[in-house]
Amino acid sequence: MMIRRLLTAAFAVACLAAAAPEPSGPKADQAAFQAYFFDKFPDVKHEDFGNGPYAVNAKMRKQWQEIMEFPPYDFALDEGKTAWETPFANGHHYADCFDNGGIGIRQTYPRFDAKTGQIVTLDGAINACRVQNGEKPLAYQTGMMASITAFMAESSRGKPFAIEIPNDPRALAAYEKGKEFFYSRKGQLGFACASCHVTGAGQRLRGDILAPALGILAAMPIYRSDWGSMGTTDRRFISCSSQTRALPYPAQDESYRDVEYFLAYMSNGIPITGPGTRP
Amino acid sequence: MPTIRMKAISSGDTTEVQALVQHPMDSGFVKDASGALIPAHHIETVIFEHNGKTVFTALWGPAVSKDPYLKFSFKGAAKGDTLSATWIDNMGKSDTGTGKIA
Repeated sequence: MMIRRLLTAAFAVACLAAAAPEPSGPKADQAAFQAYFFDKFPDVKHEDFGNGPYAVNAKMRKQWQEIMEFPPYDFALDEGKTAWETPFANGHHYADCFDNGGIGIRQTYPRFDAKTGQIVTLDGAINACRVQNGEKPLAYQTGMMASITAFMAESSRGKPFAIEIPNDPRALAAYEKGKEFFYSRKGQLGFACASCHVTGAGQRLRGDILAPALGILAAMPIYRSDWGSMGTTDRRFISCSSQTRALPYPAQDESYRDVEYFLAYMSNGIPITGPGTRP
Repeated sequence: MPTIRMKAISSGDTTEVQALVQHPMDSGFVKDASGALIPAHHIETVIFEHNGKTVFTALWGPAVSKDPYLKFSFKGAAKGDTLSATWIDNMGKSDTGTGKIA
């Protein structure tokens, strides 16, 4: 009798749980994603997640603070500033292509473009601006593209990521594709982005400390000592793909743009720290 | 654009100098995308002078990294003094930059 009553009670609870499904959609994903990291790293201040591995490892943080006495991205920043101030052949500037003259807007990219139904990254918008003004597009991974995005990121430091997913099924589809990419295992090693940057965040992968996925884009573009030069988000994605022995996609491929959209949206509220420096 | 960034901070007796030099520092052993050797192009000498007196000399070779960073300290300078730095590379190119001691 007692047991039957208990079973009935358990059944009732199960029904209740089924009747109120777990909330889904980008907002709920974001809350769960951020809660996971805040819970995993209770001592890390939320705004510090933009500092990647330095937020979660005290020894690396100390070395980084010494490096920051003389940031290695300084030369790129100067180059970017000069290019920003130099007019195109038609007399227009980069500033003419962006909201607020391009200053302090990095945290609003990537964006969904309702005209094309595609995700536009900051890097993509810079090249669109060049083409629109009769200039050749820049190569995506390093060089001038990194310098210009460095300049734009620097002007946006401290502004929290504010990515919007407009009420458009195509925007939601891009978000879902990016999310799927992030959690899908790929390559010979069978790693998903999430394997290292969610589950493994803060742990060592050989000599490296894995950066938490939350805020990982806030420092872009980055000077990596491993590269000995600057690199954009594309360069980072492509080298991540190679490191897991997956065939990388071309820079600005739809997959990469979608995953950047997903990741940036997950990081809403985390302030921009770029340009950054990484080991 | 200046190729030398300098920060010199005096703490009374000693002055600590940090500098970042922009230079490709090609070792001469690396090939480009088409398989051709990139010729050696690296700094050979770096000299820091204070009031016309050399306070630091470095002899660099092909094993030093691109955009090298250096740090040293010396005695006998005061806040507000000017410090000059010069590099000369194996192709005979050179540059000089100056900084104020803070």
